[in-house]
Amino acid sequence: MRAFTRKAVGGATLAVLLLTATGCAQGTGGADDSDAQYDPEAELSGTLSVMGFSGVDEVATSRMDLAKEELGDVDVKLIEGDLDLQQFLSAVASGKPPEIVYANRDQLGSLAARGAIVPLDRCIEGESIDTGQYVPAAIDQVTLDGKVYGIPEFNTIQLTMANQQLLDAAALTVEDVNGSSWENMSAANEALMKNDGGSLSVIGYDSKLPEFLPLWAKANGVDLISADGKTAQLDDPKVVEALEWAVSIYDAQGGFSAVKAYRDSADFFGEGNQFATSVLGAMPMEQWYVNVLNDVSPDAPLVFDTVRDRQGATLAYASGSAWAIPAGSANPEAACRWARAMTSVEAWEAAANARIEARSAEGKPFTGILTGNADADQTIQGMVTEGGEPWDTAVAKMYEANESTFSLPANPADAEFKTALQDGVNSVLNGQATPEEALAKAQQSAQKALDDAWSKLEQASQGGD
Amino acid sequence: MTAVAPAPARSASDPDPQRRRARRRASRRNVLSALLFLSPWIIGFLVFTLWPLIYSAYLSLTDYDVINDPNFVGFDNYVQLFQDPKIALALGNTLFFTFIQIPLYVLVSLALALLLNRAGRSSGFFRTMFFLPKMTPPVAVGILFLLLFNGQNGLINTVLGWFGINGPAWTTDPAWVKPGLIIMSLWTVGASVIILLAALQNVPEELYESARIDGAGFWRQSFSVTLPMISPALFFIIVVNTIAGLQTFDEAYTAFFGAGNTTYSNDAALFYVIYLFQQAFQFLHMGYASAMAWILFFLIMIVTAVQLIVSRRVVYYEGEAPK
Repeated sequence: MRAFTRKAVGGATLAVLLLTATGCAQGTGGADDSDAQYDPEAELSGTLSVMGFSGVDEVATSRMDLAKEELGDVDVKLIEGDLDLQQFLSAVASGKPPEIVYANRDQLGSLAARGAIVPLDRCIEGESIDTGQYVPAAIDQVTLDGKVYGIPEFNTIQLTMANQQLLDAAALTVEDVNGSSWENMSAANEALMKNDGGSLSVIGYDSKLPEFLPLWAKANGVDLISADGKTAQLDDPKVVEALEWAVSIYDAQGGFSAVKAYRDSADFFGEGNQFATSVLGAMPMEQWYVNVLNDVSPDAPLVFDTVRDRQGATLAYASGSAWAIPAGSANPEAACRWARAMTSVEAWEAAANARIEARSAEGKPFTGILTGNADADQTIQGMVTEGGEPWDTAVAKMYEANESTFSLPANPADAEFKTALQDGVNSVLNGQATPEEALAKAQQSAQKALDDAWSKLEQASQGGD
Repeated sequence: MTAVAPAPARSASDPDPQRRRARRRASRRNVLSALLFLSPWIIGFLVFTLWPLIYSAYLSLTDYDVINDPNFVGFDNYVQLFQDPKIALALGNTLFFTFIQIPLYVLVSLALALLLNRAGRSSGFFRTMFFLPKMTPPVAVGILFLLLFNGQNGLINTVLGWFGINGPAWTTDPAWVKPGLIIMSLWTVGASVIILLAALQNVPEELYESARIDGAGFWRQSFSVTLPMISPALFFIIVVNTIAGLQTFDEAYTAFFGAGNTTYSNDAALFYVIYLFQQAFQFLHMGYASAMAWILFFLIMIVTAVQLIVSRRVVYYEGEAPK
């Protein structure tokens, strides 16, 4: 009898614990901002905790000062450091999210699909935010199922960067390495590289795989994912062709393993960078690296151009950050105004002035900022200071490239899609699969992830209706 | 023993009900006092160990993304787990790493401990030197790995070059990534060295004297005296490091999957816990990750049980009758 009682008590305890577990696992997905009253004239108060934004340099602090002024009595608190997804989701799940979050634009699709952030239609309308002022590729990246989930900030794009001395020595020009002719680039790669008995001493061209496959695929005329974000196109013959070519660049130099080891050994952010030491012919690279090079090796023999597609048209793969309002934000009104103020033309102008002041104190030119706001970009372009060649060309090319950007559309399985793509490319780089095999496998995983995620999203929206 | 054992019987048959009640009250008070003093641990255990364990078991039967309510899916996650090719890859990498690393780790620890045991007065200095790397945060070790083992100009290949050896691309060639990580893991042998040194210093000198009188040489003494006498410490190190090996995460994650390497992640370093972490915190498949955690738990249980069974034959505990 006693044994039976003990078992019964044990079983009941376990049942209670399991029931409690079930009860405690209450999600907060679907919380909206329907109670919020957005009005640009409204006096705001309370607290605004900002997650994922550090605000450490003059470009951040000058805009923050302006945004704080617009927020009036709102007490702004920064949760410093980059966005920690785990920390953010735990905060949302526990019902105590920050009031606003600063995330990579490619994370917003997944967060939106799970109901972790709210659509900004009411915020945009209420605070009179002109979404037409943002760079189209940036807005596309934060738009899921027709709804905008983020206010874009900054734009990162690529430029062709090359070593003029090495090009001259090989009787080449930057046009031979800007992407307009893959045949010329393969030839230039072989002419520029130095591989003495299996030991690489100069990288000819670095096609920057796996991260820039979207760029090479687009240059070959195809997107990796359909415009509605629902269909993966990784096994498209044109993607396969792009990958084959980009990998052949490494194979000609002894394989990716050798190039990567050599690339990793460079003093990338220092005076001994690969352009200053003439150990790299050319590569596509994000525009912020122009500032690094200008800063640490202003006399390096550099030449810049945009990256071009196979027809010679300028092309850039855009990425960046955005402001989003978490589900359950305690002060969505302040969050919305903060997002508007931080990305406004006035704020960017203030940031540019602060940057000009800081650069001129160091005797260096102001090379511009790509803000994600097309109107602000235009204003700032007019404020750029001359820095001599090749830096003036670099800045001009940066603004030219910013006019021709594309991005991968938002989708609810961003992370899985990206991982499937990278795994596929990595398996080719490591010699474990052919481009065709790897991309067929990646297509399968990516499409499954997309199908699962979209179907859950549709189920959730039907449940919510 | 015999004086205490009959007490409850006497108490139970005590004819005086008042005295019996008083005794029961006292006994209850004792139990309550004990529970009161133990309560911080009990509460901690319930909240931070038992509760997450039960919750994780429950989550492993659900589709859960942290934000929305868990959706009960039965054993779907476990079925999917056996069909996921990355599980086999991650498990293969983990088992390869663990079962190559452990013998090497134990051998190096033992060799260093034997050296320290003979080092005399300088042993304190070397003991500290060997232990210091253990204090290095694993993330720093991961970054250090990339620097030391760079195939182009890393220190390891530079040193190999002095001997005319053309070192491999440890950090980029899939065939050399795991061997590199295994060698790098020896960075933290310090703690095991200290444990083995303590065990070595506890071996009674008389045993060696007896062995010497019987004509045993160095190797005979090592195999017949030293190893059996330190076998409990060796066993402890093997068990603890096997569990740690099966849970390898930090260094490999920093080197191949962390912030600086988010685009190029070498699958040769995809260990089971790294894949579990990706599922949980990058893809937000918390239910699937929980199922993965339970499979790892059972795997560790099985490996540890096998080690315990084997240990009955090879580990010598002083005072225990030989089996």
